[in-house]
Amino acid sequence: MKKDNRFLSPDMKMSDLVEINYRLIPVLSRLGLNIGFGEKTAAQICRDTGVDVNAFILICKMYSYQGYLPTEDALESADALSVLKYLHNSHSFYLDDGFRNLEQLMDRLVAPCNRQQKKVILDFLGGYRKEVENHFEYEENVFFPYVESVLEGKATGDYSAAAFEENHSNIEEKLNDLKNIVMKYLPPACSQRLANEVLYALFSLSEDLEKHTNIENLVLVPMVNRLEKGKEGNIR
Amino acid sequence: MPSRVMARGIEGVFHDLGEFQVEGIVPDLSPREETMLKNLSADAIIVDPAVFAHSSQSNARQYISAYTDAAIVAFSSIILGDEAARQYDAVLNLYDSPADIIHKLRSAVSSPREHEPSGKEELSAREKDILICVAKGLINKEIADLFNISIHTVITHRRNITRKTGIKTVAGLTVYALLNNLIDASSVE
Repeated sequence: MKKDNRFLSPDMKMSDLVEINYRLIPVLSRLGLNIGFGEKTAAQICRDTGVDVNAFILICKMYSYQGYLPTEDALESADALSVLKYLHNSHSFYLDDGFRNLEQLMDRLVAPCNRQQKKVILDFLGGYRKEVENHFEYEENVFFPYVESVLEGKATGDYSAAAFEENHSNIEEKLNDLKNIVMKYLPPACSQRLANEVLYALFSLSEDLEKHTNIENLVLVPMVNRLEKGKEGNIR
Repeated sequence: MPSRVMARGIEGVFHDLGEFQVEGIVPDLSPREETMLKNLSADAIIVDPAVFAHSSQSNARQYISAYTDAAIVAFSSIILGDEAARQYDAVLNLYDSPADIIHKLRSAVSSPREHEPSGKEELSAREKDILICVAKGLINKEIADLFNISIHTVITHRRNITRKTGIKTVAGLTVYALLNNLIDASSVE
């Protein structure tokens, strides 16, 4: 990625944006920005699709720049509903695509292992999936509806974005464990070619989840904080 | 920390946001200040890597850890190379927001990195014994009683096991133990 340092902006051609960082491809698909861009800019395609371009660019930056922290202006101008849509669609992506792909690969990878090895590895992956499902379920059923109600300006009760952040658990731990298990302790009977594929899938899923968590903690939570504060201001 | 402006800035941020406070400011690294560093009961030391000459940049952490167990965080007035930055528990930047500074400090303090020289990376016999217990679902207290060691020692062993294997969770350690034939499946059912 030689052009990595180029600045991502709304009036850039969408094809150039992907050229700068091809890892943004899943981001586009989660927002329904379909490939076949023509010569259109990111802003045009977002407008045609009903996605807020500022939110889109903000997500792309979070995704592309290591350690990027959104500016106040960026948080102010981006539409929270688009961020929410992105996060929601990512959840489905992880469970339906990311995980399924990993599970299928893993099944094939451990096929030549003995029964006990097979069981312990697949059980671990199954346990991890369950953990991730619970984590997402909580966000989908508690936090996201709360964000929506704040966006609509409704009363919100005791819950707050701060409470969410406090309890936001780390879902990458087991994925990291799995990376190490495969990298270091894979039974010799397994195919090297499949091991490559599994490792690649593990690394990209874990990178993706890390960005996802960052978007929740560093974009969505501050956006909601701001709205919560605004509301208190109105009451006073 | 040699820059008064940076030191005052950190004091200001701590003052505004609570949670942390400045225990002391070590203006230089003369013998007198080294003693000061030794006696400081701080959770974190914030250091400007500029105080180290370029050639000793990459050993800066080692130098400070000789005096303290605290987390060591860089707050750099100069541009820090990747190599030099990696040794710190966190790196603060001049343009970080106050909230972000607190955030970084909080995670640096809660998980100080292990920086013991990593000569031997294979698990020791004792570490294997303890890993087997962890995989079987024993808690630290039970393990301590079993081997007649302190809980603190159990925790140190566990930390080393995780550092060497890269595996953090109990479920992951169980997989490790099974794949390496340290236990058989019947003992974890």
